[in-house]
Amino acid sequence: MLEYFNIIFLETYKILFLLVPVLVSVAMIVWLDRRIWAFVQKRRGPNVVGPFGLLQSLADALKYIFKEIIVPASSNKIIFVLAPIVTMTLALIAWAVIPFSETQVLANINVGILYLFAVSSLGVYGIIMGGWASNSKYPFLGAIRSAAQMVSYEVSIGVIIINVLLCVGSLNLNDIVLAQKKIWFIIPLFPMFVIFFISALAETNRPPFDLPEAEAELVAGYQTEYSGMMYAMFWLGEYANILLMCAMGSILFLGGWLSPVEVFPFNIIPSALWLIFKILFLFFLFALVKAIVPRYRYDQLMKLGWKVFLPLSLIWVVITASYLFYFNLLPVI
Amino acid sequence: MKIFRIFKTIFLLDFVKASIIAIKEIFKSKKTINYPFEKGKISPRFRGEHALRRYPNGEERCIACKLCEAVCPAQAITIESTEREDGSRKTTRYDIDMMKCIYCGLCEESCPVDAIVQGPNFEFSTETREELYYNKQKLLDNGDRWENVLAANIKADNPYR
Repeated sequence: MLEYFNIIFLETYKILFLLVPVLVSVAMIVWLDRRIWAFVQKRRGPNVVGPFGLLQSLADALKYIFKEIIVPASSNKIIFVLAPIVTMTLALIAWAVIPFSETQVLANINVGILYLFAVSSLGVYGIIMGGWASNSKYPFLGAIRSAAQMVSYEVSIGVIIINVLLCVGSLNLNDIVLAQKKIWFIIPLFPMFVIFFISALAETNRPPFDLPEAEAELVAGYQTEYSGMMYAMFWLGEYANILLMCAMGSILFLGGWLSPVEVFPFNIIPSALWLIFKILFLFFLFALVKAIVPRYRYDQLMKLGWKVFLPLSLIWVVITASYLFYFNLLPVI
Repeated sequence: MKIFRIFKTIFLLDFVKASIIAIKEIFKSKKTINYPFEKGKISPRFRGEHALRRYPNGEERCIACKLCEAVCPAQAITIESTEREDGSRKTTRYDIDMMKCIYCGLCEESCPVDAIVQGPNFEFSTETREELYYNKQKLLDNGDRWENVLAANIKADNPYR
């Protein structure tokens, strides 16, 4: 019995040790996002709460906690309450398989990338549930748009992942990272990296693909009826998803926790830090894109997803496969 | 130049250019001010919070002519007056409803003795509605508080009137 409790305690400790930093970094990343956005537009951004305004997100969270949660009378109350919980949970459980070094990974499962892909696809349910249960026109339209958008771009992300898997020969995330010891996949698969990045923008509803919450047309999309802590949970889930996409991009293309060169000043930095640097770099690009691009029209978005990205990534799968086969480079398992 | 356009689209040239510009902008100086800690320059004509001024000897300037009350387009001003023992006409009541006021500055324009003026203060938000019904005492206090600035502003604006 005691052993059993011991295991539970140990696992809980491990999970907390992962989740608390993730949640804190989500709060920090919101600040960073606003700050980069402001800097590009020559504004100052949040700089009052705490040093450099670092605690701004915590102040915002505190504000959300003390706000009243309004549940619309005509809504489907159970699903309405469930939606933000689903969004946030799905955004957080995906972190279980992200390797921070060869040993620092919560669940080193052999289908890691498949799990990651599956969980990030499930994320659309939170949004559909939120939009449907609100029983109001703007959330509904936002949810429809969002569902269509996320499903379309997942297809191309899936095909891009096949590209990487062809080069690795394993679904384990640690194997994917270790396969990039010689050369990061961003170099041979650069076009795929670009498409992955743009698809990740669409997948996480970031500008220029923030149609689901296009504030000019749809107030706030599927979040319109939400308030207080429930809104904050959607918001946390969204940013945790963005962070997850950055982590996925850095594992698939930027060599995960590997240091760029195995020479003295670089190889003493802990590998977890390298992953964090890479995530931050990708997030910087995310924030930069937010500041410089106008929003896509809906038909353009669909055209880009189905008529450009899907064929391009499929062609690239053929090219990669033929190249690896012709030069007999296919990984042996 | 259709080929050039296709080339530009495929290699995302416009996007790369925009990113470079954005990264350059990050390091440029900020165009906004650090508001609660530093404030922008305000023109002498700025129409902010109202104030009733006094003469240097402490006598109220207002002669209860009620021109401001008459001219006020929002009818935010209420004045009652009476004759004082020394025979001068003075106000017994001078109320401004700051929520009705549209800050047009007509009261200041109409005043023959520069008694009612709009000062440079714009940070007078309150937590209750009642606090924004200004009475004579509040307006006179404002006048005493801002007198230096108000006098300087009127003097600075004088050549253009």
